[in-house]
Amino acid sequence: MSRRREDIVIIGGGPAGLAAALAAREAGIRKVLILERDKELGGILNQCIHNGFGLHTFKEELTGPEYAEKYIQMVLEQQIPYMTNAMVTGIEVLENNDKCVTAMNKEDRLVEITAKAVILAMGCRERPRGALNIPGTRPAGIYSAGTAQYYVNMEGRMPGKEVVILGSGDIGLIMARRMVLEGAKVHCVAELRPYSGGLKRNIVQCLEDFDIPLYLSTTVSEIHGKERVEAVTLTRVDEHGVPISGSEWRVPCDTLLLSCGLIPENELTIGLGAQMDAKTGGPVVSEHLECSVPGVFACGNVLHVHELVDHVSAEAEKAGRFASEYVLASESKTCKSEVADASERREEGWE
Amino acid sequence: MSTEVKLTCITCPVGCALTVRLDDAGETTVTGNKCPRGAVYGTKEVTNPTRVVTSTVRVAGGTDQVVSVKTATDIPKGKITDCMRALEQVEVQLPVHIGDIIVENIADTGVDIVATRSLR
Amino acid sequence: MKQYDVIVIGAGVIGCAIARELSRRERRIAVLERASDICEGTSKANSGIVHAGHDAMPGTMKARMNVLGNARMETLSKELDFPFRRNGSLVIMFEQEDILKLEELKARGEANGVQGLELLTPRQVWEREPNISREIAGALYAPTGGIVCTFGLTIALAENAVVNGVDFFLNHEVTEIIPPAKGAGSIAIGGYRVTAAGTQFEAPVVINAAGVCADLIHNMVSERKIKIVPRRGEYRLMDKNSGSMVDSTIFQLPSRLGKGILVTPTVHGNLLVGPTAEDIPDKEDVATTAEGVRKVMEMGAKSVPNLDGRQTITSFAGLRAHLVTEESKGSDFLIEEVADAKGFFDVAGIESPGLTAAPAIGEYVAELVNRAYPAPEKADFVSVRKGIPSMANATDEQRRILISKNPSYANVICRCELVTEGEIVEAIHRPLGATTLDGVKRRTRAGMGRCQSGFCSPKVVDILARELDVDKSVITKNGTYKGNQNSNILTGYTKGWQPKGEDNGKDVLKSSEKEVDYE
Repeated sequence: MSRRREDIVIIGGGPAGLAAALAAREAGIRKVLILERDKELGGILNQCIHNGFGLHTFKEELTGPEYAEKYIQMVLEQQIPYMTNAMVTGIEVLENNDKCVTAMNKEDRLVEITAKAVILAMGCRERPRGALNIPGTRPAGIYSAGTAQYYVNMEGRMPGKEVVILGSGDIGLIMARRMVLEGAKVHCVAELRPYSGGLKRNIVQCLEDFDIPLYLSTTVSEIHGKERVEAVTLTRVDEHGVPISGSEWRVPCDTLLLSCGLIPENELTIGLGAQMDAKTGGPVVSEHLECSVPGVFACGNVLHVHELVDHVSAEAEKAGRFASEYVLASESKTCKSEVADASERREEGWE
Repeated sequence: MSTEVKLTCITCPVGCALTVRLDDAGETTVTGNKCPRGAVYGTKEVTNPTRVVTSTVRVAGGTDQVVSVKTATDIPKGKITDCMRALEQVEVQLPVHIGDIIVENIADTGVDIVATRSLR
Repeated sequence: MKQYDVIVIGAGVIGCAIARELSRRERRIAVLERASDICEGTSKANSGIVHAGHDAMPGTMKARMNVLGNARMETLSKELDFPFRRNGSLVIMFEQEDILKLEELKARGEANGVQGLELLTPRQVWEREPNISREIAGALYAPTGGIVCTFGLTIALAENAVVNGVDFFLNHEVTEIIPPAKGAGSIAIGGYRVTAAGTQFEAPVVINAAGVCADLIHNMVSERKIKIVPRRGEYRLMDKNSGSMVDSTIFQLPSRLGKGILVTPTVHGNLLVGPTAEDIPDKEDVATTAEGVRKVMEMGAKSVPNLDGRQTITSFAGLRAHLVTEESKGSDFLIEEVADAKGFFDVAGIESPGLTAAPAIGEYVAELVNRAYPAPEKADFVSVRKGIPSMANATDEQRRILISKNPSYANVICRCELVTEGEIVEAIHRPLGATTLDGVKRRTRAGMGRCQSGFCSPKVVDILARELDVDKSVITKNGTYKGNQNSNILTGYTKGWQPKGEDNGKDVLKSSEKEVDYE
């Protein structure tokens, strides 16, 4: 077990973590460490190869990897240290209010990092099939849109040929276009609600450009196929989201992609005992983005799911600054109390 | 006589509802846009619609690696399929640097394909 | 023709328990399994309950095997290193007038030899289980009730059987059985000739542990036909944050169609609610239904009103092998040498409490076989097996030791369940190692958590391909055992690209060899 001491540990090296680290360094914090669970920095941006990022932050339209690379370059220039393939298994609050973060990876093995402040930037995950309670069989060929995006954009592999997409969130819309461009047939996108959860421009450039129908107030009411998906049954739903009997139709396909919402990934936060917000799925934070556990800050999709990465970056910068203020304040407090201790001792004639 | 087309602007996440009026002389007027780029988009969309294409190219050597790429600027919509077909056989040697030109003048569009990430 | 002393048909928990017990003696044993992995039928989708033994009628096989199996489970869990916990169970009733039924259940349990049964008042129940409905009128408490990892148990039995010389043939669906020819004086000549996946096997003893298909196997050799009806049960598995809503297993007073809906913690800390009970015609139909998963929730909430359906991480269905008999009273396990097929043993109709009974059924069937077909004890029988180390359950110190021996135990692949590369690699290289995503999942829990493999499946596919030395295009979710349909994860490359050269073809070949190569 190796040990390190840091001022601020940032959990997550995606857009939130990178921006928070840069802001902390800019605020004068020397010892900042980023812990990233993937093999490289950049987070989910690495697989979001489509364009449309950065109009606010950089005043130009970038792809996900380009947006990430700008931040990664700045982090490298600032020589902010980071660990990759590093999974944080727990955070503990020590008696002196410092935090002890336990992480592990192949190179560094088990590492215990003591820090004055922690910034949570773990992002979010997709809602899986099980949570949607779609009846039917459980064959291969059911993927969350993000998993499919990983196979297509990071590995150049196709997870299916004949595709139905459930959920019209942006990842689902983006993947409809990606699957078509890379050689698959996308039969349709079904959306439970009477409106799409995605951006209008994605409906235009991802669906309409490719003549992919979008069925609103429609859901998948059954999955068919024993080994691999063979078809899905689509059903119209009423205003309460309840399937309308008799409105079913069957769409043969070998793949069902799910884009039905994102869930902030807060297992560590809950483990810390931080107060959670049932609405956002993230921790309750102060105007300083500080959780109910002092010295623990949160930003990006771990806090609530953001529509744009530009907003994540802006929020993370704030979190970086607030965490820095916290560290600097606690340092000056420590100094003052040390001075006070010393003066007391002098008064009492100990020196 | 003039014709009117209703569009959703795709230039940015706001997604303005545009109305493009095309008069007999071929002149366009765009309304509903909240920024100048909306006017440019609206005009283009009714005269010569274009898109930026993003995809990946394979890294040479039979590995599972791919490098993300894009058209350096938008290309005519009608050229998207040709562009994808042209990318099919492209392989790149590592290292690749972000911004590197991977294919010049893809599908005779006059636009280059550039890498959108670095990979060693 | 492959010659064996015993052929076991079916590699579920029953087939594996029998194979392991038979392997205590000097004999050649083959297990034939139609699926690409062990534990692929009823054994992979059930409640994971170790029943105390108060449900079955005294004197039945079910009662006997249940109580004996329950008694064996704890020792076995230590011997073979699989998760088991004696958490106790409660049968709750909602109407005071049902007290007679509850007392009857207690008396029945006592007649079956169940220890420590106790009737509790509602207050006593709530002290133990504060989340239980305020509507209850009382409960029967069984301190010997327990929970077990159904995959862990089955895999442990199978691995230990392999170590003791048993040959498993996966992807080997039995299509024909020819009984021994009759010579002069009706003496059998040779053994049963069993065809599976085009291969011929021969053995004087055949054990039919084919689960919902046990009738098809039985009817190949016997004129006295049996019928097994698949009884489908649907479940909901809830997130670990609901896992501590109850500590004991909560049953509702049984009804004619089964034991009612139970709510139980699992050995891994999730909460399981189910099952429904519905007789269906198709022996492979494990589809869930909107009606079923709704009913599970509704009825589960009768026991535990605070159940939160939104915490469901997956729903699934399993089939119980329900033996249909002429008596209306409900069927018993059918465990016997078939009257008109000497050497052919049925182990059929193993529905609940089959999982609990498995260790006892293994011993009992081995006794039957040993009596009729004796074989010398094996001097070097290995009774102990060590499971895959679990980083999730390890202490900091244990983690440090594991990682220092093998740093890949520090490379987390499944973040939800904290499963590392080291564990997955080991799962692939053990006896009867995993070759599929589901195989890895059942052995390590990678993909079993709240994201349901969204993040880890590409990584697990990579590790499987690397360790099995195949291209990942041939990696499947749960094999290819049903002919042309298969459960591949990937369908090709982007842009219709094809790998050049002969590499790909070779890899595909290699993998299909691997899938059957378990002898």
